[in-house]
Amino acid sequence: MAKTANTTSRSRVLAMRETRAAYLFLLPSLIFFVGFVIIPMVLCVYTSFFDSTMGKDTQDIFIGLQNYVELWKDPIFLRSLKNTFIIVVVSVPTVCIFSLWIASVIYNLKGPVLSTFRCIFYLPVVTGSVAVTVVWKWMFNNYYGIFNYVGKGLGLIDTNINWLGDERFALWCIILILFTTSVGQPIVLYVSALGNVDSSLVEASQVDGANSFQLFWKIKWPLIMPTTLYILVITTINSFQCFALIQLLTSGGPNHSTDTVMYYIYYTAFKLYRYGYANSMGVILAIFIAVLSAVQFKLAQEK
Amino acid sequence: MNSGVKRISPYKIISMMILIILAILFAFPLYWIVTGAFKTGASINATTPDWFPKEWVLDNFQKLFSRQTAPLWEFAIPFSSKFSADGNAIVFAAGPTVPAAIRWLVNTVFMALMAMALTCLTASMAGYVLAKKRFKGRAVLFGLIVCAMALPKQVILIPLLREMSSLSLYNTIWAVIFPTVGWPFGVFLMKQFSEGIPGEMLEAARIDGAGEIKTFASIVIPMIKPGIGALAIFTFINSWNDYFMQLIMLSSTNRLTISLGIAKLQAENSTDFGLIMAGATLAAVPIIIVFIAFQKYFTQGITMGAVKG
Repeated sequence: MAKTANTTSRSRVLAMRETRAAYLFLLPSLIFFVGFVIIPMVLCVYTSFFDSTMGKDTQDIFIGLQNYVELWKDPIFLRSLKNTFIIVVVSVPTVCIFSLWIASVIYNLKGPVLSTFRCIFYLPVVTGSVAVTVVWKWMFNNYYGIFNYVGKGLGLIDTNINWLGDERFALWCIILILFTTSVGQPIVLYVSALGNVDSSLVEASQVDGANSFQLFWKIKWPLIMPTTLYILVITTINSFQCFALIQLLTSGGPNHSTDTVMYYIYYTAFKLYRYGYANSMGVILAIFIAVLSAVQFKLAQEK
Repeated sequence: MNSGVKRISPYKIISMMILIILAILFAFPLYWIVTGAFKTGASINATTPDWFPKEWVLDNFQKLFSRQTAPLWEFAIPFSSKFSADGNAIVFAAGPTVPAAIRWLVNTVFMALMAMALTCLTASMAGYVLAKKRFKGRAVLFGLIVCAMALPKQVILIPLLREMSSLSLYNTIWAVIFPTVGWPFGVFLMKQFSEGIPGEMLEAARIDGAGEIKTFASIVIPMIKPGIGALAIFTFINSWNDYFMQLIMLSSTNRLTISLGIAKLQAENSTDFGLIMAGATLAAVPIIIVFIAFQKYFTQGITMGAVKG
């Protein structure tokens, strides 16, 4: 590795050539990334400081932090923030535990059986939010829905319940549907993580007389921790962004009991045409997600 | 391999039973969509549900297909809405008239295929470079990509809409395709796959006098083929199902995707469940077939995207 002056200057030329080639390869991707991700992100923050309402003025008016001040006085925003937190707090742990349990049951099954189960639990994701939502709307229907029929058949309920039209149940119905469309990816991830656990470690601990409960907590759980962390983060992001279900099933009703921040952003921007105000909510939502993800990382690292 | 006495514990039997019950519950909504689509009106609206259709009819599909019509495909002059008399794009070639639902399917397939092809091409180029080349700004760029990935995609949709209208792309399928291509997950995934390319192979190609493009096409692409497969199927399914983006970017009947079409159908006929299930079948079955056919790649893509995530 002896370097003479000659080879250094040649390597500098090479490095420059390499940089130029690298950017040429990056260019197509950068055009889309900067044009349709970075610029809108910057614009989102920028317009959140403006009163940008369609039809009110031709030009946006700079109002500083006024949108952000208004947010904390807006009862509907606070209600939707609360609903969003309920969804996140309920669905993130249940999705994680449920998918870990399913994965631990299926991960050492035979190939075709494993992929059949994995496929079934992934189906609601692939089916797509619209198709899934419309069938659930039917199943929850007051008169023709299967939930009322089965509930009455099992003696759980006496009379038909208007599941989605009742403040007490609507949000829980949403959480249930969200749950079925959220476990697919975590199961796939856990199956692969559990399959990658070093079998010699497992055998060694079995020789030492560890029972399967100890085996799980002492050996497997620490090893799949990075996967758990990743699942926590993606499930949190997904639950925060719950939108299609709300828009198609309840439109935030009854009485704002199913309003989520994402739905309220949509409503503010595309029904009230208050872009600036909607963007300030978007910024707040992004901050919440970023902070929560960071906290999850921190907690997992300490463990 | 595990040696030892094979003994089935009661815990295993119980958990298998629970697993099977759960699997049935998870598959049920799909079963209900598909059977619902072929049920008679009386059977749909019966207070005692028919668990299995007593007779299979095509009424719902006939109703769906006779509702609206649209040309099978249309080619418009790019940006012509800017100078045309009525503010609509000037169409210079259109296909035969078909039911609107078929047109929505055509739109959706075009959108998903285009997003897939563009994403695979741009992401594999960028991912390879980020993994294998040392250049100025690499760390900053990669940091930006990771940060952007962690932010909620839907938050940028409002500014994106205004950007698309000022680019005259609003209400065209490109308004949905371009942001999908720009989403940095693909670049991240392809970087993960490209890490595995041995540096000696690239070095050898360079000594043989191969240029950058030739090296990329003849060495890199074959090595990261499984990754491209994973990204392709992943993008296809995500783009097909990205309802929020489609909802915001597309508005006129001829431009809708199948998801949007079904959502509109539901808004207009909220209690005709047979008709809606026929639409839902049309939206869900093609994508499920694609998923099952390419399941192997898909699983791989999800797992690789999480490594070091």
